[in-house]
Amino acid sequence: MHAEGAHQHQPPQRFIWKYIFSLDHKVIGKQYYFLALFSVVVGMALSWLIRIHLVWPNASIPGLDKLSAAGAPGGVMTPEYYLSLLTLHGTIMIFFVLTTAPQSGFGNYFLPIQIGAEDMAFPRLNMLSFWTTFVALVVLLATFFVTDGPPISGWTSYPPLSAVGSAAGPGEGLGQTLWVVSIAIFCVGSLLGALNFIVTTLDLRTRGMTLMRLPLTCWAWFVTAVLGLLSFAVLFGACVLLVLDRVGGTSFFIPAGLVVSDKVINHAGGSPLLWQHLFWFFGHPEVYIAILPGMGVTSHILSCFSRKPIFGYRAMAYSLMAIGFLSFTVWGHHMFLSGMSPYTAFSFSVFTMAIGVPSAIKTFNWLGTLWGGRLRFTTAMLFSIGFVSLFVTGGLSGLFLAQPAVDTSLHATYFVVAHFHMVMGVAAIFGMFAGTYFWFPKMFGRMMNETWGKVHFWITFVGVYCIFMPMHFIGIEGAIRRYSTSTVNYLIPMIPVHKFMTLWALITGAGQFIFLINVFWSMFKGEKASVNPWEGTSLEWTVPSPPPWDNFAGQHPVVYHGPYEYAVPGAAKDYVMQDSPEKVVAT
Amino acid sequence: MEPVVAPVKPETPAGIDNLGRNGDGFGGGDRLGGGGGGPDSRGWAGSVRVYRTGMWMALAAIVMLFAAFTSALVVRKGLSNDWVATALPRVLWLNTAVLIASSVTFEFSRRSLAGDPSFSARRFSRWLYVTLALGLAFIAGQLIAWRELASRGVYLATNPSSSFFYLLTGAHGLHLLGGIVALFYVALRARQLALAPAKRVVVDVTAIYWHFMDALWIYILLLLTVRS
Repeated sequence: MHAEGAHQHQPPQRFIWKYIFSLDHKVIGKQYYFLALFSVVVGMALSWLIRIHLVWPNASIPGLDKLSAAGAPGGVMTPEYYLSLLTLHGTIMIFFVLTTAPQSGFGNYFLPIQIGAEDMAFPRLNMLSFWTTFVALVVLLATFFVTDGPPISGWTSYPPLSAVGSAAGPGEGLGQTLWVVSIAIFCVGSLLGALNFIVTTLDLRTRGMTLMRLPLTCWAWFVTAVLGLLSFAVLFGACVLLVLDRVGGTSFFIPAGLVVSDKVINHAGGSPLLWQHLFWFFGHPEVYIAILPGMGVTSHILSCFSRKPIFGYRAMAYSLMAIGFLSFTVWGHHMFLSGMSPYTAFSFSVFTMAIGVPSAIKTFNWLGTLWGGRLRFTTAMLFSIGFVSLFVTGGLSGLFLAQPAVDTSLHATYFVVAHFHMVMGVAAIFGMFAGTYFWFPKMFGRMMNETWGKVHFWITFVGVYCIFMPMHFIGIEGAIRRYSTSTVNYLIPMIPVHKFMTLWALITGAGQFIFLINVFWSMFKGEKASVNPWEGTSLEWTVPSPPPWDNFAGQHPVVYHGPYEYAVPGAAKDYVMQDSPEKVVAT
Repeated sequence: MEPVVAPVKPETPAGIDNLGRNGDGFGGGDRLGGGGGGPDSRGWAGSVRVYRTGMWMALAAIVMLFAAFTSALVVRKGLSNDWVATALPRVLWLNTAVLIASSVTFEFSRRSLAGDPSFSARRFSRWLYVTLALGLAFIAGQLIAWRELASRGVYLATNPSSSFFYLLTGAHGLHLLGGIVALFYVALRARQLALAPAKRVVVDVTAIYWHFMDALWIYILLLLTVRS
């Protein structure tokens, strides 16, 4: 049987069309989610290897020599292999965790339902996006198994290191080429997904679902998709140029006069700075792609569990758009030390600080939502409050880095590592945890264990502060990122701090197994979920848990209210569903 | 305080001041549109619009890709003294004419659908096949241009200007090939007499794409002649 669309006359019956090449946005959303879950485990394991090496550089790590005999002879990691593991850690986490789960995972699953649609605009394109992303992951993981191992150039892959080939070091031959190819494939998958999200949001909203009645999750997914559409195309272009430099003999990025490992490099005239501009023009919107969905989820959850409308809905929507727009104007703040004119640096600096304004508006509005609310401290609520905390902490350090004069000292130190881990590695992840605990009942028809959820929250919350707060201080003291050991004089006193951070990294990592066990156990043995266990107002809480294959069982919901009608004076209950014909103050 | 709740019957929904009929100009209005429809129609709001919106979004991404290539060209050219302009093979001008002609013939084809209550497969298909032939002729012409350059010893890595020549024409050509595949698909559907009014959007979006490729080619030509 040839499956035309998920919402055709009847759902597909055969296993391959139902679960593998499914066109159903809910299945695809779960596929993305589990791809991200697998990737985060791999990425976390890599982070353990990194942290262990930083503290015990000469230790023999069991099994590491099986992964790479050259990279870890006798299990002892070489400095180059440290860079390889670090490169893959960053690449996997940023692309295959932070760019997939929050947007393509939860977004795919819930955007159509929250707008009252049967599916995304282009189900076949959706299926293709997922499998393209899957292929990209396979190509990336393949770099572990090629002769020279993964590239050593970091997730940022700066030329000339990444452009001149194997002369530059282990992993810079086939490993680097595969990395670039993987990212290029990922770009294609992302572009297709972004297109789908935008068209779905614009064209498939049900009757009564105006833009200003969209849940803030939908707004976040929409702005994120716009960012993705415009920025991934640029990254794809950059990757094409890099591949041509590597295999085509061109010199887009390679300057003249290079001698690498005693080998004369026969390229000339190119500019490494060109790569930096192209990469960061993508790279900055990319980090907002990583955080915006988490902001949407946080707004959604804080409102629900404060039993109060989100404070300043319009401001929240406009702030998302402002952040999205401004994210295209700040890429130079990653390049303050590249030799740019101070006037250019000033411009990038001002725009970077300007992004703080809509971000602060959102933060104050989250606090305003909580204030005076009848708070319900579910696990999802805890993680959402945690998101606000981590976003503030991480965002504040960004303001320091936004000053070119200050960044002169802080660039490429652990201060930067602390900053981006706080916002991406923690806040965004908290958004994913919150989303999981909140939407798990809808996705799997069962409840997760709340007690273990709260244990997971507290271990993680305390743990991430223990891991990443000290990084700010050693960064200020001059600890340089991507260094594999602390053998230089002034770095030696920092080793005890590294030990503290490694200890907490391992404890926190272990705590994540509580989450994993909770997820998988609850999928099969959790208490059965009702239609609306959290008493939420948006459309996903009007359909069964899990929803039928076409979401609304052939009905087209009609929307009468905004998405956060909690504690409405005179209403029958403390919440009014979006599709309820109950008449309240017009929204 | 007087309660503001009045339970109402579902068919006269209350609070309907803003059902979004005209509000934002996008979907979410009251266009519950067409019936059950065949396998391609969703039978409800926005069913055909999605293809148009999708095509414009795809074009936005393609614009960004070529913007990236353009900025790379501008930077690379301004950077060092090794830029030697590549003399464009003359066949490029013929190819340009062929591509513009193909846009014109595509419009003949597409407009023959418009005012025609009973769709004429023959007239539509005739111009469509001409468009297809012209498109393929363009690709062939581009390959001839590449071979001419190669015969002069100008390859991808010969000079930065030749790198960009091959890059831009190659990227454009690949995208155009995608358009040709779409034309084949449209021709196939026309042959199957499966281009009823509800299906004509596939012709329209293919046309948008095709004309964009035409405009993009002119842009690339200008970039290569003026800036190179």
